[in-house]
Amino acid sequence: MAVVTYREALNQALAEEMERDPDVFLMGEEVGVYNGAYKVSKGLLDRFGELRVVDTPITELGFAGLGVGAAMTGVRPVIEFMTWNFAILAFDQIFNSAAKMRSMSGGQFKMPITFRGPTGAALQLAAQHSQALESQVAHYPGVKVVVPGTPADAKGLLKAAIRDDDPVCVFEGEMLYNMKGEVSEDAELVIPLGVADLKREGSDVSIITHGKMIHVALQAAAQLEKDGVSAEVLDLRSLRPLDTDAILNTVAKTNRVVLLEEGWPYGGITATIAAMIQEEAFDELDAPILRVTQADVPMPYAKGLEKIAKPSAELVIEKVNRVLYR
Amino acid sequence: MPETKTRREETTRPESPEDRAPDAQASEAQGEPDREAQTAEKPKLSDEERLQGLEPDKLRRIAYDMLLARRFEEKAAEAYALGKIGGFCHLYIGQEAVATGAIHALRPDDYVMTAYREHAHALQCGIEPNAVMAELYGRADGCSKGKGGSMHMFSAEKNYLGGHGIVGGQIPLALGVAWKIKYRGEDRVMQVYCGEAAVNQGAFHESLNMAALWKVPLILIVENNRFGMGTAWERASSLYDIYRKAGAYAMPSAVADGMDVLDMYRVTREAVERARAGEGPTLIEARTYRFVGHSMSDPVSGVYRTKEDVEKEKANDPIRIYADLLARVGILSQEELEKMDEEVKALSEASADFAEKSPEPGPDELYTEIYAEENVAGRLYFDGRR
Repeated sequence: MAVVTYREALNQALAEEMERDPDVFLMGEEVGVYNGAYKVSKGLLDRFGELRVVDTPITELGFAGLGVGAAMTGVRPVIEFMTWNFAILAFDQIFNSAAKMRSMSGGQFKMPITFRGPTGAALQLAAQHSQALESQVAHYPGVKVVVPGTPADAKGLLKAAIRDDDPVCVFEGEMLYNMKGEVSEDAELVIPLGVADLKREGSDVSIITHGKMIHVALQAAAQLEKDGVSAEVLDLRSLRPLDTDAILNTVAKTNRVVLLEEGWPYGGITATIAAMIQEEAFDELDAPILRVTQADVPMPYAKGLEKIAKPSAELVIEKVNRVLYR
Repeated sequence: MPETKTRREETTRPESPEDRAPDAQASEAQGEPDREAQTAEKPKLSDEERLQGLEPDKLRRIAYDMLLARRFEEKAAEAYALGKIGGFCHLYIGQEAVATGAIHALRPDDYVMTAYREHAHALQCGIEPNAVMAELYGRADGCSKGKGGSMHMFSAEKNYLGGHGIVGGQIPLALGVAWKIKYRGEDRVMQVYCGEAAVNQGAFHESLNMAALWKVPLILIVENNRFGMGTAWERASSLYDIYRKAGAYAMPSAVADGMDVLDMYRVTREAVERARAGEGPTLIEARTYRFVGHSMSDPVSGVYRTKEDVEKEKANDPIRIYADLLARVGILSQEELEKMDEEVKALSEASADFAEKSPEPGPDELYTEIYAEENVAGRLYFDGRR
């Protein structure tokens, strides 16, 4: 194991998969000469050449659709969005083409494409650059969605995404690129989609979350421990497929649940999970399920407003105390 | 009749005489000529020249294919009126020369993709009429197993890549296929169609730019039937001439008479040869007209065009024009044409019988073919039904 950053872990995943399979190529804005807007593709142009590391014009709908058409006829594109905010321009191609091609062709065309880029709020980037869109994308049957929260997960999940024959959307944490962690050097270490990871064991309450928010949850859990509360933190890693067994197991273990996501509450993945738990494990619950999400507003620019709009460890602790009737 | 696979060209045709070259420089034309003026730019050719040295069998096959598209859709319209076909159903009647001529200029390993007015394209690529009709009926033997319907026909085997329902959405997909051809170094071309109304979508412009920038083997045929649903092209575009839009992307372009199947063939051949030679994409504006409503729920005439308008255009029926030519040059007599007509009518009739008897997809088909693999870790579906 070596300690590398989340950014380097993604870079390793791309390089290893491109090395392994000549059909894999990377396309997006600034991925080549500039080495990536967030330097995730650093060195790849030199290593693989301009046929396989392709700088595009700023034309998200166009190059997303290009990837879908290419995937339909047998190659394995990795389409990088500079951020998922800009991918909104490409949603027609993700939702209307990639998600539906297999189904509406009666299974004749596979769709081995990966869409990836950073999600969520960074610091004071204001309304249009601060959105966590993974719940919206997971809404569409036909796509898969993963949201890695650590360097090891980033590498293993991106490799799984590239090898998958379905369209996989990888939501990277914009604030996680510099985060360091232990990452395997084994080029065959792939983390299967749809498998959650227990990031912390506990017995009093389950905090279920994904992506960057696992660090907020872990921070809250550390604080709660000082208060004598044992919180379990379940990292979903993948939103579709969703590891519902892992969710039901932790619910059965602690009987109390706080759901945490970076995005908005309306129609968010936490709403889906809350519905699922009450449908399938109502008798296991000792308290209502509570949620922590971003404030239900477009992200404001002002530092103080942004701070209170984002989910925080304080908000998580407050909700944990409520489900524990403390 | 020749085998289905001969619907596309198997061999390379001899060079065209120079005077038949499409107007690749047309995009530099000055002014904004109206539709009639532009279409009149088509070279004045003798019957002999129009035939381009094509074999009589191929010429007859072209007639057969246009006639089949027409009769097949007439049968589909009948079935729709009886409630046997559901949803949206967009007929191609009047426009047959476009896809027939253009696809005849391809080889079987070339790719074809279009929008939702696609029955003729699917047939022309070699999907059996039975499978197309069964798809319209939503049956298990349909070319998309009944899951696509009128707008989403596919055949991986015939390199027919669909049937797409979002106006302009197929153009970036086709760009991607053309890009794949270049990536893999294949000797193939990608032919994609859109309606004139799709030209106003961003997807069209984004794709033209990248196609020209990267010189991929893409042939984009804009079927200008003059109406985006009920909106006349003049009311939707600041520039009438669609082929001139290619000039903004330094892409060669040409106008073809979309009511003349041999003009479609001639212009498309030029573009195909250029694409195969690695010289990149071409935009072709095919000027055509639909004799029917936008879809089955739209009357032939009414709010956006008059009955007289449509009747006037029907004088240019592409099948009539072509049959007259073949009769004049002694390749297809009136009797032979009538016999051919009976044959395609019988085939269309039989396809409806086939579709009628084909089973509906069973309830267990609801969750198939959505993902590559159903037995994955985690849950894929959240409706609580499985």
